[in-house]
Amino acid sequence: MTDHDPGCEKCEELLQGYLDRDLAPAEVVVAEGHLDGCDYCRRRYRFEERLRRYIRISASERIPAGLRQKLAELRDQSPAL
Amino acid sequence: MSETEAAGARRIAAEARGRVRFEEEALELADQVYRVARRLVGTREEAEELVQETYVRAFRSWSSYTPGTNMRAWLLRILTNLNLDRGRKIQRTPDLQPLEEGDYFLANKLAAAEGEQALDQERVVEKLSQDNVVEALSEVPHDFRDVVVLVDIGEFSYADAAQILDVPIGTVMSRLHRGRRILKQKLAEESLT
Repeated sequence: MTDHDPGCEKCEELLQGYLDRDLAPAEVVVAEGHLDGCDYCRRRYRFEERLRRYIRISASERIPAGLRQKLAELRDQSPAL
Repeated sequence: MSETEAAGARRIAAEARGRVRFEEEALELADQVYRVARRLVGTREEAEELVQETYVRAFRSWSSYTPGTNMRAWLLRILTNLNLDRGRKIQRTPDLQPLEEGDYFLANKLAAAEGEQALDQERVVEKLSQDNVVEALSEVPHDFRDVVVLVDIGEFSYADAAQILDVPIGTVMSRLHRGRRILKQKLAEESLT
C-alpha cells in the first residue's frame, strides 16, 4: 500500500474539477504536482477516467428504429406555416 | 406580382427553408436526445413517449428557437420541462441518509478486493457489469441523477446543464459531485458485495 499522506486528501478534493477540466491553473499545478509523486492518487485518477468512459458507454442506449420513424412522421404532420 | 407581394413571397420562402433546416437538425439529434431521456426516466416506454412529446412541441414552437444556439440543449430543456409537467417531482426526493463516502470510495473497494495493482488494468472497470451501471444509475435520487445524466452521459457542459434544469451552475456542480459519489457507492453495492 502506498503511503497516504495529507496531500492525497487535497488531491481527492480536486478530482472532479481536474477530470472535468474545471480547475484554476494554480489548482491544476497542485493536482499534477501531487500526481507526479503519488502512485495512490495517480491510479485513482486514471481509474476515474476509465470509469466515466465506461459509465457513458454502459448507460447509452440507441434510439429504437420505430421511434426515429415516428419522429420523422411528426414532422410531416406539424401544421404548415 | 407587386413589390410587396414579391417581398412577402420571399419572406415566406425563407421561413419555409428555415423551418426545414430546423426540423432536419432536430431529427439528427434524436439519438442523443433519446439517450439522455432514457436515463432520466424509469422505463423505455416513458422515454419514448417523452421524446415524442418533446418533438411535437419542438416542431410546433420551432420559431422560438434562435438559429445558431445550442439546439440539443434547447430540446433537452423542453424535455425536462415536460417531464416536470408530468408531476414527477411533485414527490420530492426523500432526504438521503448523510453520505460520507469519498470520491475514491469505489476505487478503494476495488483495490481492497482485487489488490492495488488491479487499478492499473484497463479492464478493471469491467468488474462492474454494464447492467450494474444501469441499475446503480437508476438508484441515484432524481435531483442528482438528472445532473449526472446530462453531464456524464449527455456530455453537456455545467452551463448547459444549469440552463436545462433551470438551476444555478453552483447547484449543478454540487449535485454532480454528490451524484457521482452516490453512483459510485451504488456501484460498489451492486458489484462488490
